[in-house]
Amino acid sequence: MSMDRRKFLKAAGLTTLVGLGGKGVFELLRPGAVEAEMAHESHGHDKHHEQEAGPKVRWAMLIDVMALNKEKIEKIVHTCHYLHNVPNWGDPKNEIKWIWEDEYEHVFPDSYNEYNHILEGLPFLLLCNHCDNPPCVRVCPVQATFKRPDGLVAQDYHRCIGCRFCMAACPYGSRSFNWLDPRVQLKKEMAHGRKLNKQFPTRMRGVVEKCNFCVERLAEGKQPGCVEAVPDVMFFGNLADPNSNVRKILKERISLRRKLELGTKPSVFYLI
Amino acid sequence: MIEKALKGSSVYWGWIIFLLCLIGAGMMAYLYQLKVGLGITGMSRDISWGVYIAQFTYFVGVAAGGVMVVIPKYLHHYTKYGKIVVFGEFLAIAAVVMCLLFIVVDIGQPMRMLNVVLHPTPHSMLFYDMIVLNGYLLLNIICGYNTLLADKKGVPCPGWVKPFIYISIPWAISIHTVTAFLYAGLPGRHFWLTAIMAPRFLASAFAAGPALLIMILLFVRKVTKFDPGDEALQTIAKTVCYAMIANLFFMGCEFFTAFYSQIPGHMHTLEYLFAGLDGYGNLVPFMRAAIVIGLFGVFLLLVPRIRRNPKGLALACASVFLATWIDKGVGLVIGGFIPNPFETITEYHPTLPEITIAAAIWGVGGLIVTILYKVAISVREEQARV
Repeated sequence: MSMDRRKFLKAAGLTTLVGLGGKGVFELLRPGAVEAEMAHESHGHDKHHEQEAGPKVRWAMLIDVMALNKEKIEKIVHTCHYLHNVPNWGDPKNEIKWIWEDEYEHVFPDSYNEYNHILEGLPFLLLCNHCDNPPCVRVCPVQATFKRPDGLVAQDYHRCIGCRFCMAACPYGSRSFNWLDPRVQLKKEMAHGRKLNKQFPTRMRGVVEKCNFCVERLAEGKQPGCVEAVPDVMFFGNLADPNSNVRKILKERISLRRKLELGTKPSVFYLI
Repeated sequence: MIEKALKGSSVYWGWIIFLLCLIGAGMMAYLYQLKVGLGITGMSRDISWGVYIAQFTYFVGVAAGGVMVVIPKYLHHYTKYGKIVVFGEFLAIAAVVMCLLFIVVDIGQPMRMLNVVLHPTPHSMLFYDMIVLNGYLLLNIICGYNTLLADKKGVPCPGWVKPFIYISIPWAISIHTVTAFLYAGLPGRHFWLTAIMAPRFLASAFAAGPALLIMILLFVRKVTKFDPGDEALQTIAKTVCYAMIANLFFMGCEFFTAFYSQIPGHMHTLEYLFAGLDGYGNLVPFMRAAIVIGLFGVFLLLVPRIRRNPKGLALACASVFLATWIDKGVGLVIGGFIPNPFETITEYHPTLPEITIAAAIWGVGGLIVTILYKVAISVREEQARV
């Protein structure tokens, strides 16, 4: 029996609807979940086919907590916030943060160890985790935040309607909302000597923003700004490639990820 | 029919002018918010939803509550509700319009609102919320207007309206279920991450919506010639009573799971709301009052002698309305953000412009109810004369 284009499309549509085409209704509710599941299954069957099953690129960030200090943190935060024209409001109500420092007990609130305080004094850098299974992407009603094939969780400032559903959904508090006009604040800061990065857009008020893993630099084949600022502390690479720099380090060092129990699969690792 | 809203006493016009002033003040405040940004509200990076979304959530419940008079009338042919079902539908219209306005004032880029339609996103619960709320508004306009028009002409409701009435029943359930799903599916927000959220939303909705309806109808009976009927009011009161008991029971279930499991994340928000946490406890007096007032309302409704007394009934319904409002229209949304993902606490203090805008939306709701009820009552009064 021959099948013309029309019939084929009909059949394809129907099978997709009932879930026979690989992606079913569950895919609508949990984007990315099915791919992850399929990749997982094939991992189990044959470890040699790891590369073929999953995505070819999944960017990840490693932060060597033991090598961080105040000076380096300042450099990292300054570099990032300069590169992306993040205003410094100076008050917690309106603040915008892409990368910032916090204490162990706030970064890992469920892992407090009352008998060992080694980790407590250490500086932890917080940023968007670029989750493999990101709740923010799931809830966004306009796909203004979306997952790219290389694993980056991107944010479209021009499509965002500012409903802040993603902020409620993010379990890591990684997202900031422009409560006031950031350009007004940037102008004020420029009057006091701040420089604007003309290579990156400023935002308007009423939209959400966050760390973008320097997608604009990756496009030019560069490393993220923070990694370039402190190459001995932060490492960026392809998690999907077993021979990548990050995979090699992860094999050797002990690493932590935030709130793994939530199933978000963060791509930011803290090396201890 | 709408011309009937243009004839009224000086008190009626005074009330309309008062509401218009309220709305005018809110519009000024909203223009200010449009110009400066949502920074004029008390919301922050930690408390990213405030009064607006909390009120939105509460009034979705009030809207859904209207179905509690539609079901007995159309599924059980309970004729005592025949004269008042339209009031339930009109209340739902006002409540849904309020919900939509609360969303509009909450979003940072309202001019991009249509992006929700231009980029439909079936994995976002907000997408479904947009569909069900607008659908519910349309259904209630169709059903409410046509049943009243038929009444006015003294003919039975046209047959084509019936399917819309039947669809509106599960649709009412859906609006509050989807609204609960906005919250109940977020990882990392322990207070919201509960399977009982949708049932509890529905229980409090079926208490709050009908309670408000009774209060308005008692007032209507006092100032107009229209009598909704004692038996009808008493039956709605029983619905309010059962629903409020279910709501309090569900709340108790939340307490049990949190405090018997002793999981810190599950206890923290409840501790913050009802006892105070780490020295923070802005909402404690309100939340405790909500429990006491809620129990008091249930007690009043349970005692037949009090329930049958119009003053007792009004007090009971006011108690239920206030208790559910504090619980859902304040504590539920704000509480979900406390503590924040870093287990630290930022409290929320709404600002004057924010409250003015919210009050204006209440004013819009009041205006819609007033006008629609005025029309409906005029029709009922004419019938009584004939």
